[in-house]
Amino acid sequence: MPEILDQARTQVLENGVGLDEAGVLAVLNLPDEDVPAALQLAHEVRMRWCGPEVEVEGIVSLKTGGCPEDCHFCSQSGLFTSPVRSVWLDIPSLVEAAKQTAATGATEFCIVAAVRGPDARLMKQMREGVAAIKAEVDIQVAASLGMLSKEQVDELVEMGVHRYNHNLETCRSYFPNVVTTHSWEERWETLRMVRESGMEVCCGGILGLGETVEQRAEFAAQLAELDPHEVPLNFLNPRPGTPLGDRPVVEGKDALRAIAAFRLAMPRTILRYAGGREITLGDLGTRDGLLGGINAVIVGNYLTTLGRPATDDLALLDDLKMPVKALSATL
Amino acid sequence: MTELVEPTTTWCDRCGEDATAGAHPGCATARELEPPRFCARCRRRMKVQVLPVGWSAVCVEHGETRG
Ligand code: SF4
Ligand SMILES: [Zn+2]
Ligand SMILES: [Zn+2]
Repeated sequence: MPEILDQARTQVLENGVGLDEAGVLAVLNLPDEDVPAALQLAHEVRMRWCGPEVEVEGIVSLKTGGCPEDCHFCSQSGLFTSPVRSVWLDIPSLVEAAKQTAATGATEFCIVAAVRGPDARLMKQMREGVAAIKAEVDIQVAASLGMLSKEQVDELVEMGVHRYNHNLETCRSYFPNVVTTHSWEERWETLRMVRESGMEVCCGGILGLGETVEQRAEFAAQLAELDPHEVPLNFLNPRPGTPLGDRPVVEGKDALRAIAAFRLAMPRTILRYAGGREITLGDLGTRDGLLGGINAVIVGNYLTTLGRPATDDLALLDDLKMPVKALSATL
Repeated sequence: MTELVEPTTTWCDRCGEDATAGAHPGCATARELEPPRFCARCRRRMKVQVLPVGWSAVCVEHGETRG
């Protein structure tokens, strides 16, 4: 057993204290033959500190494309020659999307908009949309609308949005290589306000943007410092027309190392599979991750790309004897 | 006598390039996990809305496709 896993067994599994940056780096650098042991330990940590339930979520894009920001991985930036066109979802379709999500047994429905931050039109659409969902669908509503002002944070709380997603995307030292139109610190400031408001903080990122293994460890440590309620973990799905469109996808083994390492850094967080897992991990790898620290999934389609059918994921959870978290357990 | 039939598919609905010249294996694989982006009949970029279940794509000239 590698020393770092011995250390993690005592520190993380028994005492619930996450690994620091050096510890995460040691896990990320484990040789292939030790990855199964790291995943096994991460799974035990998840079972001990989070339990067997899996949180299921659906997401939808309320406003797609035409974003003024330049996140180099994103097909929705209006600054690249991506084929994604700008489009708004109407309220009846939004409610329908929430119903589709609730029908899978999901407890979370996240409304996402491709913007730097919300304007008055988007806030109005949110107000009407969230009210319409709450009137018709039994599901918790989360939102992801970019950078917020204090007033907008308060408005979202008042609407009944219970969790806010704002990804740091990558570590602080690598962020300027990925985004130049706003800073990591500006993102951090929104997260700070969300935390203060009492909304749950959802913050993760994307692996495979060209960051080094050291920077991956740095990112895990920075997330652990933020201590979000939820961490969505994406793997780059290179999008045509974006500056990162020709990057290779993350190797399955490296994705699994990262899953174990992020879990060992954050024993209590909801660690969610988000975009890119189908391509990076496939069916077998998806299963390995759920047995290696992941305890939440996005089911169905993503914002501009498609996922595998929700029924496949639900069948897998059933097979793994992992119950879907019920709404009553989240209230 | 040869009957002239307008080809129904001319453009690759993923990359927007000529689809009659040869197969686009990369695009075909990618399309399993992506909605179409270009109208296969006129090459216009479509307005695409992805929903948790399914998607819809609208070409201003040729109307809506769903999947
Ligand atoms: S802010 Fe969001 S939608 Fe806009 S380019 Fe960045 S990741 Fe894409
Ligand atoms: Zn093509
Ligand atoms: Zn057309």
